[in-house]
Amino acid sequence: MSHDTSRRELLKGAAAVVTLAPGLTLIAAEAGARAPGTAASPANRWGLLIDTTKCDEGCTACVDACKAEMGLGGHDRPLTDAQYIRKVTVTDPKSGHTHSLPVMCQHCANPPCVDVCPTGASMKRADGIVLVDRHICIGCRYCMMACPYKARSFAHEDQSGQKEHNPRGKGCVEACTLCAHRVDAGGQPACVEACAATGNAAMLFGDLNDPSSEIARRVAREATTRIRADLGVDPAVRYQGI
Amino acid sequence: MKGLVLSALMGIAALAAVLVGPGPAAAGDLSPAIPQAKGTQCVEDTQVMRRNHMDFLKHQRDDTLRKGIRGAKHSLKDCVTCHVQTGTDGHPIPVNAEGQFCQSCHSYAAVSIDCFQCHATVPGAAKSASAR
Ligand code: HEC
Ligand code: HEC
Ligand code: HEC
Repeated sequence: MSHDTSRRELLKGAAAVVTLAPGLTLIAAEAGARAPGTAASPANRWGLLIDTTKCDEGCTACVDACKAEMGLGGHDRPLTDAQYIRKVTVTDPKSGHTHSLPVMCQHCANPPCVDVCPTGASMKRADGIVLVDRHICIGCRYCMMACPYKARSFAHEDQSGQKEHNPRGKGCVEACTLCAHRVDAGGQPACVEACAATGNAAMLFGDLNDPSSEIARRVAREATTRIRADLGVDPAVRYQGI
Repeated sequence: MKGLVLSALMGIAALAAVLVGPGPAAAGDLSPAIPQAKGTQCVEDTQVMRRNHMDFLKHQRDDTLRKGIRGAKHSLKDCVTCHVQTGTDGHPIPVNAEGQFCQSCHSYAAVSIDCFQCHATVPGAAKSASAR
């Protein structure tokens, strides 16, 4: 595929896709909200591509935006306060080269959290978004132990002032939802938006299953890595520069 | 509301099943004081809502969270939007507060729900592209 695809070309391509496969809204899903009343579709696989060469160690735009979006007030207890996304600094011991990257739920295709959950609360939506169904979460925290990315938090305290789109309460596990509420409305995750607005535009969100999406095209032509790819959990979050 | 009539009636009658029992006229008079909702029409027939709202909510919960279906009519966010009252200070009063919509009947019928340990009790100040 040519690299200088213009917007018009893209739209033409989109039209073709839609004509070829009516009912599959590969393009529409990225362009706008899913129609009310329709379920998340396995035709999509939402993911992130994070360019760590652009990510600055001092910048916490994504982390701050996540806390604001999801209504995560803390108790000044960094070890146990809820955290859906965190900044990690890694150093190459040989060269001393360090860089910084955000780590959140990697929305694995084979999520270990789902495997170990005794109630079915840990679940993967049809479009690949991994969630905790807090209605049936019993707070056992097996999923937290199973997650290789340390992506989940536990609400230790009674909560108040929750955001309407992120109900959360004491005794349940919680984590990044890839901003499912925004994605369902045709938007992108708050972290990605903030990274572009006040950070270093290191994060790209999109549909890995849609060959014409920017993320799929970049993943197809550029080298990307996944953290602990050896585990075979097939994360939807890819990194560059690590 | 029709406070006097209501309390008089409530005083003399054993009211256990009245909520979901008889026809509209009698139920309207004998129910506990339920704050008036915004609008004229609930998402289902009023009688049906009195009886079945818990089932609708549980269905909606699974449809939205597990399947990702948004914008459906039994959304809990929507119940809060229509059924919240505004206080004298101009701020919305939590729907589960004493005497408020989701509490009035429940305390009368000795039902306790945990939904609002997590769910917002006032309409969202959500400025984001949040969906229902
Ligand atoms: C432990 C926290 C928790 C409790 C308790 C809880 N919920 Fe939820 N609920 C959630 C989360 C998280 C979502 C997903 C929100 C989203 O994606 O928009 C949700 C979503 C929903 C939805 C779909 C979204 C909406 O607003 O329509 C419904 C309906 C719902 N819950 C009903 C209930 C009912 C009824 C109860 C009480 C019987 C309840 N919930 C108790 C956490 C909770
Ligand atoms: C569009 C606004 C609107 C929404 C959304 C809405 N309601 Fe209602 N609801 C009303 C109105 C108005 C009434 C009063 C209807 C009447 O007087 O006949 C009502 C009545 C009711 C009643 C009967 C109250 C009584 O007086 O006995 C119940 C119970 C109820 N609603 C529950 C719910 C629940 C649960 C939800 C969310 C699933 C919900 N409503 C969503 C507007 C709404
Ligand atoms: C008209 C009176 C009335 C109003 C108003 C009302 N409820 Fe109820 N609700 C009941 C009754 C009665 C029951 C118990 C039914 C039973 O046990 O069979 C109940 C049960 C429930 C249950 C199931 C509880 C359980 O343990 O299974 C949920 C959830 C619920 N209500 C949510 C709500 C919400 C949310 C609102 C406010 C939007 C609301 N209700 C307003 C009368 C009402």
